[in-house]
Amino acid sequence: MRLRVNPIECAAHGLCAELLPEWVSLDEWGYPAVDDQPLPAQLVKDAKRAAAACPTLALKLLHD
Amino acid sequence: MRLLTQSGPTLAEHEAMHGRLTLPPRVQLLDAVEAAGLLGRGGAGFPTARKMRTVGAGKHPAVLGNACEGEPASRKDVQLLTRHPHLVLDGLAVAAAAVGAKDVHLALHADSPALPVLRAALAERRQPVTLHEVPRRYTASEETALISFVNTGTAKPLFTPPRPFEQGIAKRPTLVNNAETLAHLALIARHGPAWFREVGDPEEPGTLLLTVDGAVVEVPSGRPLRQVADLGGKQAVLVGGYFGTWISVAQAHEVTLTHRDLRAAGGALGAGIVLTLPAGSCGLVETARVAAYLANENAGQCGPCFNGLPAIANAVRALAVGPWDEATMVALDRWLGVVPGRGACHHPDGAVRFVLSALAVFAQDVAAHRAGHPCAGAHAASVLPVPRRGAA
Ligand SMILES: Cc1cc2nc3c(=O)[nH]c(=O)nc-3n(C[C@H](O)[C@H](O)[C@H](O)COP(=O)(O)O)c2cc1C
Ligand code: SF4
Repeated sequence: MRLRVNPIECAAHGLCAELLPEWVSLDEWGYPAVDDQPLPAQLVKDAKRAAAACPTLALKLLHD
Repeated sequence: MRLLTQSGPTLAEHEAMHGRLTLPPRVQLLDAVEAAGLLGRGGAGFPTARKMRTVGAGKHPAVLGNACEGEPASRKDVQLLTRHPHLVLDGLAVAAAAVGAKDVHLALHADSPALPVLRAALAERRQPVTLHEVPRRYTASEETALISFVNTGTAKPLFTPPRPFEQGIAKRPTLVNNAETLAHLALIARHGPAWFREVGDPEEPGTLLLTVDGAVVEVPSGRPLRQVADLGGKQAVLVGGYFGTWISVAQAHEVTLTHRDLRAAGGALGAGIVLTLPAGSCGLVETARVAAYLANENAGQCGPCFNGLPAIANAVRALAVGPWDEATMVALDRWLGVVPGRGACHHPDGAVRFVLSALAVFAQDVAAHRAGHPCAGAHAASVLPVPRRGAA
């Protein structure tokens, strides 16, 4: 699985970077930059939590 | 000349020049387009047959012709459409037959001089084509923005997937092709793939429409760039428009007009736009004006784009005309690294590529400006066309 941000829906709340700092960093405007490599298995659970927590549901978990 | 012939714009003149279009069976058409090796002329050079096969495999497909020509320095589509509207309309018929579509659309800018010509041409034929008048914004003619415009009336890019070939107009798989691509289809359907491959580069066959310093020409692909543009007394060449890159005059002397060659030179053929920069002008000032235009044309949807592009444009302006400060230049380097790949569409990627190529090709000027010596050309007349804000 891979993580992607829908940048149109993203409103820079930044929760994803708090819940998944290993995979998400914020730029100076508060928008997430997400690693587009396949997610390591041990991060999948946190990634699902981060995706569910995003207030605008902009964080997407995509199946390869 | 294949596309830009002496034929007039009426159906009678068109058929006198090219003969009447009879549509081969669908399978045969798809095979012909594939064998012809036609690459899309809208900028990315994507194989047309591959898109057609995907769209044609779906349910109730649709076809959308992209005749917007959003690149400010491009004139090729508007020339083609105003001089030979029936070639493009034939192409729409061919594309529709190849994918099995009954739902056919053509998008133009609302202020396009080609609109009345197309209306007149459509009145001469029995072909249901829905015309769409799109606002003149740079990102409005990106394919998902056009899909959105047709579906909802808002011409802003969409998040992908789904791509238009998966889900487009009214959720149907939709073939989006550039106006020139369609015109080539009109001739492939008539004369076949072997004829199409008689001219041009074997891997990227056929002719190309180019806009060279504002003038439209048709040449076989693979032509050396130096044969189509006057490089004498020039300091750099912009190839591919504002989605493209600056290359040095030395590179311009070497490259041929193929996607392959220009990519290898770090550039892009794009939609065939060539602009030469005279020795007396300042590449950085020109770049700053275009960067400001591109920043202003962001669709206001994605944070990295609507924050990043104005920041980049302001920094390039500071580099070009001052006030110069080191912190801004450090930030510029950072922004050029973090912005690409993070928009819903490729607009920010193109803008960053354009600026990066300027910093490389005009490296000596960058150093001089940094040392407090902007070049004399900083006040020369502007060369790159930038539409006035709010033109439509
Ligand atoms: C910002 C942006 C603007 C674009 N504008 C145009 C345009 O004006 N005309 C065009 O044919 N393609 C344009 N494209 C490319 C289209 O999205 C699409 O790839 C093209 O119409 C496909 O046609 P082709 O396969 O025949 O090249 C644009 C792309 C981007 C990212
Ligand atoms: S990347 Fe920029 S131009 Fe493209 S959709 Fe997002 S805000 Fe609009």
